Amino acid sequence: MIRRYYFLNGGAMVATKNQESSVGLTYEGRDYSAEALYQMHDMMLYIRRFEEKAGQMYGLKKIGGFCHLCNGQEAICVGMEAAAEPTDYMMTSYRDHGHILARGSEPTAVMAELLGRAGGVVKGKGGSMHMFDIEKNFAGGNGIVGEQVPIGIGFGFASKYRDDKRVSITIMGDGGINQGAVYEAFNIASLWKLPVVFVIENNQYAMGTSIGRASAETHLFKRGISFKVPGMQIDGMDVLEVERKMGEAIEHARSGAGPIIVEAMTYRYRGHSMSDPATYRTRAEVDEWRSGRDPIARLQKQMIEAGLGSEASFKEKDREIKKAVAKVAKDAESQPEPDPSEVWTDIYNDPIEGAYPYPGKVG
Amino acid sequence: MSKITYREALNQAMVEEMEKDDRVFLMGEEVAEYNGAYKVSQGMLEKFGPGRVIDTPITELGFAGLGVGAAMAGLKPIVEFMTWNFAILALDQIVNAAAKMKYMSGGQYSCPMVFRGAGGSAARVGAQHSQSLENWIANVPGLKVVMPSNPADAKGLLKAAIRDNDTVCFIENEINYGDIGEVPDGEYIIPLGRADIKRAGNDVTIVAHSRMVGFALQAADELAKQGIDAEVVDPRTIRPLDENTILASVAKTNRAVVVEEGWRFCGFGAEVAARIMERGFDDLDAPVARVTGKDVPMAYAANLESLTLPSVAEIVEAVRVVCNRA
Repeated sequence: MIRRYYFLNGGAMVATKNQESSVGLTYEGRDYSAEALYQMHDMMLYIRRFEEKAGQMYGLKKIGGFCHLCNGQEAICVGMEAAAEPTDYMMTSYRDHGHILARGSEPTAVMAELLGRAGGVVKGKGGSMHMFDIEKNFAGGNGIVGEQVPIGIGFGFASKYRDDKRVSITIMGDGGINQGAVYEAFNIASLWKLPVVFVIENNQYAMGTSIGRASAETHLFKRGISFKVPGMQIDGMDVLEVERKMGEAIEHARSGAGPIIVEAMTYRYRGHSMSDPATYRTRAEVDEWRSGRDPIARLQKQMIEAGLGSEASFKEKDREIKKAVAKVAKDAESQPEPDPSEVWTDIYNDPIEGAYPYPGKVG
Repeated sequence: MSKITYREALNQAMVEEMEKDDRVFLMGEEVAEYNGAYKVSQGMLEKFGPGRVIDTPITELGFAGLGVGAAMAGLKPIVEFMTWNFAILALDQIVNAAAKMKYMSGGQYSCPMVFRGAGGSAARVGAQHSQSLENWIANVPGLKVVMPSNPADAKGLLKAAIRDNDTVCFIENEINYGDIGEVPDGEYIIPLGRADIKRAGNDVTIVAHSRMVGFALQAADELAKQGIDAEVVDPRTIRPLDENTILASVAKTNRAVVVEEGWRFCGFGAEVAARIMERGFDDLDAPVARVTGKDVPMAYAANLESLTLPSVAEIVEAVRVVCNRA
């Protein structure tokens, strides 16, 4: 799958790895190579189809427990990864499939994790909510709302401690923002100028509670004011805006200026989790976002206008991706369940013989 | 050997390990400029500078989580809670993050770090600042829980805890901070998960940890005068528990009393008693007895406070009962 994204800025290559490319389109003063646009498009579409497949597998009871899909929010996953370095740290809540895919983890391993299989990205021990990939610097996959935010500043602290200029991209939702832990983290990160970008994926519903019912200040990018953490609100349905603004935010953090908040306005097309029919939202509201602001359709339109594809070519791409996802699901499903011995592994790095596991009759 | 206090022993352990490993840093409330609320970190700011001895705001959940993230990123934090009472605010990070990170991530990430500070009851500080919570965290797989009862153990165990690659909850005792004892100089490591026989004896096993070891030893002296030869076993590491040492002692004495400062209900003593029953039943000549803190919050008044805690007299009495001498 896609690993890196390539950009042109004012004609000069910014993050080239190995391929030359010409300007595909210019948007808000920033030039994007055709290759970058294709990659971002394909990744968003891949996440969309992957999530749809996950929803289907859940319906067939092949995926158990909690399963939170990110359909509609793909531009944030992809745009921020495009702006980040692979060495930057990233961690989020339990709505994590899109993020770990955008980071470049093996889709089959992600799907196998959802299915509870041995080849899962965390060996079948985490499931939907606990995806980790240390090689991709993806630190979860955290199930307690807001818990990842103090952890995220810890990664920022480590970066500052070692002076290795890595940025911690710490993602939460509009539900998580109301946890006390978040404000403790804002305060410390600002006080010590830690290189952290706090990303708020504002999909406007904390489970079934609309933002107006949960937040006294609904402009969440302002939540850092008391801690002198600057914030900006961006269109999270526009992958190019996410890439551009996240680039600025990451640069701010990397420069030593301290943390920054990015509130990305978005919408999840599905319920909070698979068990949520989302009856608290009107059909008109969902349709307004789905058909009016869809990030994939929007980029496709821009690309068609720039001569970088046609409806037919995108349809063909979609078929290709659906096929790839179907293969991933099939391959993942063919994997065995974890070995029963895995119950007792990965608990301690330094186990103490004779004392653990408990040698008695139980547990 | 030198005679130093429990707090100086802890200080030595941290200083020596920080000199050895620059991934180790100390963070907490008042640890730097104030030299520690209980002066455990005296002089460390001067020695290591503000980059490694770090004052935090009063924000336990925040800095505990910061420690978890820093450990996941490869550092080895020592996070000081002024007391473990305040760690209740940080339990999500200890129980849901640090303890589970290795398992949840399929072995990829882990949290090699020490959470340390004073636990147990202090003197005349009331209900919220006097309680033993080791059973809460000892219940959680993935954590190690260590409680030293004297200065030498404090040093040797803390050095081992800092070197350990797992999350170690290191629970000191405020009343023990000023205790003086012989402590080996320089490299002195006590492996985690090993109990220690603090007093050898043949008639009864008293299992006690932290401050209660001192109470148990006083009780043993009193019992010796009455012709009962008690063995005092200090688990030192609460989790994982070195039950073999306890069982071997019970196999010798055939009688056991478990002493703990904490509450009786679901307490650590219940776990020890259960294990003796499960694996040492045939060795027992009498039911295991427990001496625990009373099942009430701690009061301020001096008389109520001492009535709430276990006493030497209660330990003596319990031993007499299990030895059929009551």
